[in-house]
Amino acid sequence: MIFTDFVFYTLAAILLFAALRVITTRNPVVAALHLVLAFFTAAGIWLLLQAEFLAITLVLVYVGAVMVLFLFVVMMLDINIDKLREGFWDYLPMAGIIGLLMAVEMVMVLGGKYFGGPKLAISKPADYSNTAELGRVLYSDYLLSFELAAVVLLAAIVAAIVLTLRDRKDSKSMNVADQVLVKKADRLRIVSMPSESTSTRPAEHINEEKS
Amino acid sequence: MENIQIDMMTALPELIVLMLAMTILVADLFLKPKNKIIIYGLAQFTLFAAAYFTVSSFTSSVGFAFTNMFVDDSLAHVLKLMILLGAAVMFVYTRHYMQLRNMFRGEYYALVLFAVLGMMIMVSGQSMLTIYMGLELLSLCLYSLVAFDRDNAKSSEAAMKYFVLGALASGMLLYGMSMIYGMTGSLNLSDISGLLQDTDPKNPVLILGLVFIVAGLAFKFGAVPFQMWVPDVYQGAPTSITLLIGSMPKFAAFAITIRLLAQGLQPLTADWRDMLLMMAVLSIAIGNITAIAQTNLKRMLAYSTISHIGFVLFGLMSGSLNGYASSMFYISAYVLMTLAGFGMILLLSRKDFEAENLDDLKGLHQRSPWAALLMLITMFSMAGVPPTIGFYAKFTVLQAALQAGYIWAVVFAVLMAVVGAFYYLRIVKLMYFDATLESASISAPIDMKFILTINAVALLALGLMPQTLMSVCGAAIARSLQ
Repeated sequence: MIFTDFVFYTLAAILLFAALRVITTRNPVVAALHLVLAFFTAAGIWLLLQAEFLAITLVLVYVGAVMVLFLFVVMMLDINIDKLREGFWDYLPMAGIIGLLMAVEMVMVLGGKYFGGPKLAISKPADYSNTAELGRVLYSDYLLSFELAAVVLLAAIVAAIVLTLRDRKDSKSMNVADQVLVKKADRLRIVSMPSESTSTRPAEHINEEKS
Repeated sequence: MENIQIDMMTALPELIVLMLAMTILVADLFLKPKNKIIIYGLAQFTLFAAAYFTVSSFTSSVGFAFTNMFVDDSLAHVLKLMILLGAAVMFVYTRHYMQLRNMFRGEYYALVLFAVLGMMIMVSGQSMLTIYMGLELLSLCLYSLVAFDRDNAKSSEAAMKYFVLGALASGMLLYGMSMIYGMTGSLNLSDISGLLQDTDPKNPVLILGLVFIVAGLAFKFGAVPFQMWVPDVYQGAPTSITLLIGSMPKFAAFAITIRLLAQGLQPLTADWRDMLLMMAVLSIAIGNITAIAQTNLKRMLAYSTISHIGFVLFGLMSGSLNGYASSMFYISAYVLMTLAGFGMILLLSRKDFEAENLDDLKGLHQRSPWAALLMLITMFSMAGVPPTIGFYAKFTVLQAALQAGYIWAVVFAVLMAVVGAFYYLRIVKLMYFDATLESASISAPIDMKFILTINAVALLALGLMPQTLMSVCGAAIARSLQ
């Protein structure tokens, strides 16, 4: 027990440090890298809880895919951190008091007095596979939530495309069908107007145009 | 696996909305711009098909599906029907407006239908997980719809504010749910209320979880002190989307409040009714007083929404079946009034012109006596002038609160309603007694004029004969909550 305690507290300390650095560092790339560290240590804590599948998924999906993409985006953006920090000191007293109050409340309530104990510790046999169990409940007991998550993702995709997709005005691509189907009337406008000669126009007008 | 068929049949209206929303997405790609009206027809068909199957499955019994995560009871039926009909009315009101502003696209209808699906799921949520997923689906669609007019800086700003604050509220709700789950070990609401009967109701973890849940719900309702987003989003969003945000999602918010507080956390009633009391009194006060200072019609209606939500909370906090039913009646009346009010703004808007300032209503009577009369009925109803539905709605919630013993709160609410009458009646004064600044005639499709007239007449008719709607609400609540 002593060793797992030691591992837990080490991982928790690194996790807290990394999370703090995510919001305090000035460089967005460093912040993103600290978030990666936070994910790694959280995965380690999940491993301690014997949730191997979730731990590996966290590393594979969040670290491997999401954060790498996110890093690319952060590197592309030119974020002016000083502008983001504007007004920080004005808001600090009020935000600090509220944050402190909430933190104290949570420590008082969530301090292990009500949680933990034997009723939450569930032991499973050694050959218990939580990957298989997850797969089973995900497609049976939690089918509705699973499908709903898919719909949420679809809605998010549609929303993202609606808000960002634009037809480029400077696009040089040609639509052959449009070109073939074009008619004379589409391109040529025949205007009927009386003929004009330069002599009828006032002389000063012509001078103005020249100058 | 044989159960899956029963499950699917239970959730048939939801499945129809989902399937046809996806059909619309695909069909949109194959339609020429001049044929886009087909999309509109398909969207209306979706709503009516779902409404038909909702009505045909009306039963007085309570059914469960998807391993008790989905409930099929009278409350769900009635609210789903109202949501679907409300969305159909919304589509009628907004079609012309969207066409004029180049926003008449297939994605608009698909996203609104996804939002409707989210609301239906929330209404039928029996597990905290289902409720949360439905809420996220609804919120995600609303965030993007607010920014739908993407070249408009005001819309983008409103969407950003809505998104950040909405994500915070979802987080709070989820955090509260996680604490309730930690204490009871169950996500199912009927299991939770059963388990909580035996535990100490003064358990601080439960109370902390409850506080977070109530805060999340209050945000979704737009109740004080979580009202900051409401005026900005109402004003910044395209009016058609403001109409959506202000109307049907309140049904869904009402449903999850009933499910979470009155069903799941029923043993903690004594705690949450005090929280609701505070929010109700503050909402009515701040909503009505701040609305007086507004010159923008959409912003004024936003503050009016906040005060209406205060009245809804009055019914909820009385903690009785009678109170819940009167709350449900109030929210139905509120949605009808909101549809009419924003429908009116849409009616008066033209290409490149939004009739969103109070001055735009000046002398409306000279321009169109018909439009002025409809607006008059709507404003009287919002102010709670008899014989409109607004009067009866206020009367029933305050009666329920009185029965629960909140005498001073009720007296205060009545005083504030009188204050609120000022800004509603100011609009009537502007319409009938001021000289018009506009000369443009009102042009709108005939179906919109027709439905808008029916909407306003319904405000009057339901005010004269409230018994039918009241008994529907009463029966739905009584059957669902036993």
